Formats: sequence, structure tokens, C-alpha cells
Amino acid sequence: MIEKTAAELSQALSSGELSSTELTQSYLDRISKHNRKLNAFITICEESALEQAKAADEKRATGDKSPLLGIPLAHKDIFCTKGVITSCGSHMLENFVAPYDATVVEKFKTAGAVMLGKTNMDEFAMGSSNETSFFGPVKNPWDLKRVPGGSSGGSAAAVAADLCVMATGTDTGGSIRQPAAFCGITGLKPSYGRVSRWGMIAFASSLDQAGTLSKSAEDAALMTNVMAGIDSKDSTSIDRPAEDYTATLNDSLDGLRIGIPKQHFAEGLSAKVEQAVREALKEYEKLGANITEVDLPNNHLSVSAYYVVAPAEASANLSRYDGVRYGHRCENPIDLEDMYKRTRSEGFGDEVKRRILIGTYALSAGYYDAYYKKAQKIRRLIKNDFIKAFEQVDVIVGPTSPHTAFGLGSKTDPVAMYLEDIYTIAVNLAGLPGISIPAGFANGLPIGMHIIGKDFGEGKLLNVAHQFQQQTDWHKRKPNFEPED
Amino acid sequence: MEWESVIGLEVHVSLSTKSKLFSGSASAFGAEPNTQANIFDLALPGTLPVFNAEALRMAVRFGLAIGAEIGKQSVFDRKNYFYPDLPKGYQITQLDFPTVGKGSLSVTLEDGTEKVIGVTRAHIEENAGKSLHEEFNEFSGIDLNRAGEPLLEIVSEPEITNAKEAVAYLKKLHSIVRYLDISDAIMAQGSMRCDVNVSIRPKNTTELGTRTEIKNINSFRFVEKAIYSEIRRQQEVIEDGGKIIQETRRYDSNKDITTPMRSKEVANDYRYFPEPDLLPIVIDDEYIAEIRAELPELPDAKKERFSKEYSLSNYDAGVLTATREMAEYFEEVAKGCGDPKLAANWVTGDLSALLNKNDLDISDSSIQAERLGNLLSRILDNTISGRIAKMVFETMIDDNDSVDSIIAKKGLKQVTDSGAIEKLVDEVIANNPDQVQQLKEGKDQVIGFLVGQAMRLSQGKANPGQVNQLLREKIMS
Repeated sequence: MIEKTAAELSQALSSGELSSTELTQSYLDRISKHNRKLNAFITICEESALEQAKAADEKRATGDKSPLLGIPLAHKDIFCTKGVITSCGSHMLENFVAPYDATVVEKFKTAGAVMLGKTNMDEFAMGSSNETSFFGPVKNPWDLKRVPGGSSGGSAAAVAADLCVMATGTDTGGSIRQPAAFCGITGLKPSYGRVSRWGMIAFASSLDQAGTLSKSAEDAALMTNVMAGIDSKDSTSIDRPAEDYTATLNDSLDGLRIGIPKQHFAEGLSAKVEQAVREALKEYEKLGANITEVDLPNNHLSVSAYYVVAPAEASANLSRYDGVRYGHRCENPIDLEDMYKRTRSEGFGDEVKRRILIGTYALSAGYYDAYYKKAQKIRRLIKNDFIKAFEQVDVIVGPTSPHTAFGLGSKTDPVAMYLEDIYTIAVNLAGLPGISIPAGFANGLPIGMHIIGKDFGEGKLLNVAHQFQQQTDWHKRKPNFEPED
Repeated sequence: MEWESVIGLEVHVSLSTKSKLFSGSASAFGAEPNTQANIFDLALPGTLPVFNAEALRMAVRFGLAIGAEIGKQSVFDRKNYFYPDLPKGYQITQLDFPTVGKGSLSVTLEDGTEKVIGVTRAHIEENAGKSLHEEFNEFSGIDLNRAGEPLLEIVSEPEITNAKEAVAYLKKLHSIVRYLDISDAIMAQGSMRCDVNVSIRPKNTTELGTRTEIKNINSFRFVEKAIYSEIRRQQEVIEDGGKIIQETRRYDSNKDITTPMRSKEVANDYRYFPEPDLLPIVIDDEYIAEIRAELPELPDAKKERFSKEYSLSNYDAGVLTATREMAEYFEEVAKGCGDPKLAANWVTGDLSALLNKNDLDISDSSIQAERLGNLLSRILDNTISGRIAKMVFETMIDDNDSVDSIIAKKGLKQVTDSGAIEKLVDEVIANNPDQVQQLKEGKDQVIGFLVGQAMRLSQGKANPGQVNQLLREKIMS
């Protein structure tokens, strides 16, 4: 049963053939058996999970049929959880306990979901491999010598390895979609502003967006139903009426216009990944979709623009970690400056420091126009490219990543690592929704297909993804990481 | 060489919103340290700012009051620097798109002329907390009650030419924000603070000299003294062949000098960029019109009305409208007694003298407007003379009894009984034959002396008009 989707488990819970307590216990057992190997969780909340499961069972008994009631999930350790450590993958917050719940966490609590624990991640969500975590890298369940992707690598690995039913993640430049691709699961990044950022530790405020890592598009719809909505505590959350994302999952794709950006099928793309995506497109043609090429002429500028905007915002967002009020503080500072310097030198890892430096530089007097301002202009050009493309098509499809999961420790050049997100970053810059779904395998490793939607087109994306999953079983394949006992 | 100075002021006023600029914490003055700071004010990870629209209304009120352009779209920016009382490591402020643009206000100079001083802009920003360096033995304490409190920073054009003008400008600002009820603007409590930019140049030249900035001056008097002191210093430096360095200084009121602030206290690159956690504030004409309609009568308009409606001198009208409380007090007295001129004389005269002597605000006056109005009514209905009224006034300071009771209690009621007055007049005529003779010969001014004698005999209680009339009747007939 641990391999089932939330939609399936919800039925089993509803019919009474299964209790949340049993289910939760099975996942806890599995976590305790495999987490050491995978390092997907930073914190495991055994006691409170069982309490929540019991409460959910009691609620079920009263006839409550909320779809996620009693479903065990994991939260990325970037979401503040009242009373449970929220580390953000950093030594800086290794022992930080928030006195409040993030809106996302609160909403899942209200929906009755059971929190199993907090998942590992790149430090402050800065990374594409999960190797920058202070708590050590997460291993890819499909090959323990490979990375699970990042930054939501712990969430992706946990879902892929059936250590939980589903997990939350955040995506600033590809941090949900790329690990979903590497781990063979479904990862949705909603439109910017669709989900509240309150309580989600900020990396780059204008790009960060909470989303879902799940075993199917249907589960992503169930999760998004819970997460989406305006929040008076987040001024950038958008006031749009709540939608039922499950309602449109089965809409026909007949006449769907799919755009293929030539820039996403260019040099650097692995042949096997390309082949898998092209095969997937044939499935869509069978479902009645029309495929045309679209042009995203400024896509090549997206990584550069991103690595100005995101570090600039991060350099300010991370200033609050100064040792004064919470988090790490160095021992015996001799004065204020010494405290700042040593606290931050000790508390942050190399990648975080690198980005703070880049961002600080990009905002400095004399460089602001050349870097930050120009990057914002590029951002507008990129957004315009999408607006133009979406005049002709309903969704844009391509590979999520140029290749499958790479080996742990194999990418030492930061710039090579930054290029990991070449297909996903533009979507964040434009604030659009994007989803990665499994579309095949190469050498036993999952391949992700990337579907990009119009502003607030999550419903359409989930529909398009779900229909593919009705025709294929790539998303049902399971890794075998368990050595023979 | 003769020098002239060029002065610009940056004034911070705390907006008296109920809660802070971006969080729901209260922002009252004087609470126990750190009792008015919530998770956002502490900059806990994951917290986000939510803009307090009350602050916007207040800023727009101010903008309209000084005839400024109102930014239809204002944008918040982050100003980055590290300091323990700045929890986020950046201050949220407005750089390129402030809510209030160019405006102006006019001040009355000492010679009575009016001068218009330009306001470059006024922007909304959050306050920092307070660092407490004493009483923590080698440590510093941080109080975040003030952190995130809304401020309006009002920047003047460098059009102020001397210290007196600077103070007049400040007082006018003070008066306007209090009229608008958007700030207490109490300098001693820090709800109004002032940074002064000063430079000097040879008289009648146009090129600006290098300026220095004197930070955080907290009284009108110190602003004046700091400017004198800094101008003096700059002249000395230049006349000794030195150069002025652009720097931030502080005013030491004990020694009456300005001294440079340590460079560590002054960040030089704030790396401003637009605050991504907040959307630009967009306002429309309707919103502005609504606020315009709610504007109270402002000092200049009130002054003009006072001088017309009550036939007051320009000077009196200016004094009486300097603060809203003063103006309200005056109008209540004037309405109460029905004689605005008499009311003006008393409010600007005896009452102001009393307040000055005791260093009190008019709102703290022990003689409320209603009582003063009653007192003046008794002069006008001849119950007491003006001179007796001053005695009653003195009594009223410590005696909360009604005006009429005090008059009765002290037996100060004016004598208007014609029989009693006739007795007095007869006595005066009998005692002063020389003066009576002089009056008969046409030396009219002697009448004053004779009336005075009668008043003395009556211990001030006789009605001087009646005395005068009767004296003339008796002597001339």
C-alpha cells in the first residue's frame, strides 16, 4: 500500500479498509529503515505524526471525507513548522524552532494531512543537486551514487522511494521540477502568487513558489487544491477564486495546441532525453493534440539574468541571519563586526556565500544598472517571449533537464551546475506554472518531461499531465534501492 | 570674505498609525522594551511585510497639505545595511517612487515677510529599533518596539539660508503634521527628528559648497545652535586653507560643537533595490479626492480667515494659528465672550505669558477656554473691569471654581450703583480742587487722573465709564 497514490489511499481510508494510523506507521517504519541510506529526511516526527493520524482516524469515523485526511506527507525543511526544527538545510538554522506555521503547513494541517517529517534540501534552496545541504547530500533512490536533483531533493527522493505519499517543495529556478525529473515523479510549480509564501524561508522573493512533489498529476491536483489561494499575510499572493483542480483532469485534449520551443531541443540536450520527450509528444498526438514549433528567442539569457536577480534578492533576504536574535552565533565575539563575520562565515556554506557575494556585487553602486537593472529588462523580454508563444499554443512542452541524474560529486564547477536549470529557469522569471512528469528512462534513470502553462493555467497543466499518465505507466515505475536482505 | 550658507533639512516624523508599517504590532510610545515586536518585527525567517494603508492615507494627507504631487504609483525599496537594531538587515523605504513628490510650504520670517521653501519629496519608510549601550555591562541591549514604526521622511530643497529660517521651516512642518493629526511630532520623544545638511559658499555665488550632514537633532533649539556651530566650523576650516569633507556629523549640545561620526556608523553603499515582497501601491484620483475632501483647515488658511473674520492683525492671526490647539482655544474663547479682539489680546497676552512661564502647552492650561471666555464675558457685561479681570485670572490658575463664584467670593463685583458712584465722585471733587479747576479751564487730560482717583477709592470696583461720565457732568455743569 505504501506505493499507492494519495487518491487511491484516500479511497481506502474512506472505505475503512485502512486506517491512517496503520498507514502512518508503515511510512514511519519505512523511513526508519531507509532514511539512513537516502538521507531524505532531516527531521522525523514520529510521535506527532501518530497523534495526527489518530486524530484523522477519529475524524474519518465521524464521516469526514476530506481527500487528504489522514494522508502522510513530508514538508521541505524550508517551511516553518511550529515546534519542529526548520533548518533550511543550513548550519545557520540547525536548531531553529519557529513559533509559527507557514500558511502551507497550516493548510495541510487543516486538511487533516499527517506530517511525517521535514525533508532535506540544498542549503537555503541554493543548489540543483542537494549536495549543498549542511546535513549531507540526499541519494537518488534510482541509483544511490547519483544526486536526486535539487533543491527539493529530499522531498523528491522521499516520494520516489515511498517514504511518504507526497511532499511539498519550493521552486525558485527549477527546484521542484528538476528533482521530480531525476527521481521519476510528478512535480508542479504553480504560478507565482498562487500559493502563499508566508512562513516559507525566502531565497529569492520574486521567484520563490511553493509546489508539490507527488506520485501522479491527480495527487498534485489534490495538493494544489489545499495549497492555492490568496493569503492576507503575503502581499504577493494573488486574489483569484479557488479552483477545483481535480475537476478538469479528465478534459479531452482533442485540439490541444502544444508548442515545442526549438531552444529547448538544441545543443546540450542528451539524445535519449530528446527521444523520450519526442515519443511522449506522439502520445499527445494520439490524444488529438496539434504540435507546432514556438520560438523563445531570449531563453539563452535566462540563466544569466536569473543569477543576477536571485542572488541579489538572496543577499538581502539572508542579511537577517546575523547572530543577534536566533540561529547560529559564533563563540565569544570580541565586538559586533567580529560577531557578524564569524557568525556568517561559520553558519553559511560555500554556495550560499557565493550567491550572497554575487548578489551584493550586482547591487553595488556603479554596478546596479549594468547587472540588476539589465537582468530585470531581460526578465521582461523573457516574459514577452512566452506571452507571444501562448498566442499560438495552449501549453509548451520540452525536457525538464538536459540529461538524467548525474553522479554525486561529479559537478564541481558552479557554472556547470547553474546550467542544470536551463529549461526551467525562464518559467520562474516569467512567473508561469510548470510541471515535470515522468516520460521514460535512460540507462535505468528517469527522464522528466516539462510542461509550461499560461499564467494561472495550473488546471490545464494538470489536465495535460493527467491525460498522459492515463496512457503511460512511467510514473508508476519504482526504484529498487533496497539491497537484498 | 563674506559667506552665505545653504541648508537643507531631512525631517522624520513618526506617523501615528495604530499599528506598525508592515506588521500588526502596536506602535505606542513608552512601552516596556520588546513588548511591541512580533515575529515580523523580529525578522523571523519566512515572515513577510503587509503594508498598513493608514500610513498611505497619512502620507497623502501631508502631500495634499503642502500642495505636492502625489505619486500614483509608489514603490518600496530595500535599503541594505547591517546593524543589530535593524532586524532584517535592510530597511524598507521608498527611493525612486515616493508617495509624495514636489511641494512647498511658506514660513513667516522674523521681519514679518513670507518665504516659500520647496519640499523635494516625502517618502514612507520603517523605523529601526533602538540600541541601548548603557546598563548592560559590555553588552548592548536592543529594543525593537520602535522597529517597523511608520515614518514619513520629508526632504526640503536646499533653499534655507540660515538657522532661523531652518527653525521656522521646522516649526511650520510641526504645525502642519499636527493640524493633519498624522503625528504627535514630539521632538523630545523622537516622533519628530531632524537631519541637517549644511554647506557654505562665498556670498553671491551660485556653486554649492561641499555639504556635511548633522544627524538626529532632537529639539528646535539644538537645530538652530547646531547650524550656527557648523557654519562657524566650516568658515574656519576654509579660511584656514582647509577643505570641507562630505561626512556625517553629530551635534554635541554640551560643548556646542559638531563632531564627525565614526565611519563604521555610516554605511556608504546601501545597495537599494525594489522590495520584492511588496507590490507597488497604485492609487487613483478618486482616492486622492476623497482624502482632499477630508483635509482640515490648515495653518495658512486659518490665519487668513482669522485676520478677516475676526479683524485681527497679521501678527496676532499668525500667533493664534501656530498650533491647532491654540487656534481651537482662541475660537472657543472668542465665541464664548463674543469679542474676538478681546479674546485675541488675552490669549496672546496673559494666557501665553502664563503658559510660557510654566513651560506648558495650551492643552495643559489650567484655565480652559470656556472659563477664559466666561471671564471675558464679565468684562463685557461690566461685572468687572479689565484690571479686576487680571486679578480673577490669577486666582483662576489655582482655583477651579467658576468665574462668577470667584468674583463673588472675593467681592470683586463692579460698583455700578449710581448712588455709590456719586458718593465717590463727590469725594474726588472735594479732595482735588486744583485738578477740577484745570478741567474746567479745558485741560481735558486731567479727567484720567480724576477717574483714577475714584477707581483707587473704590479699590478698582467702580465702573470707570460711569465715573467718567458723572465727573464731567458734575464739574462742567
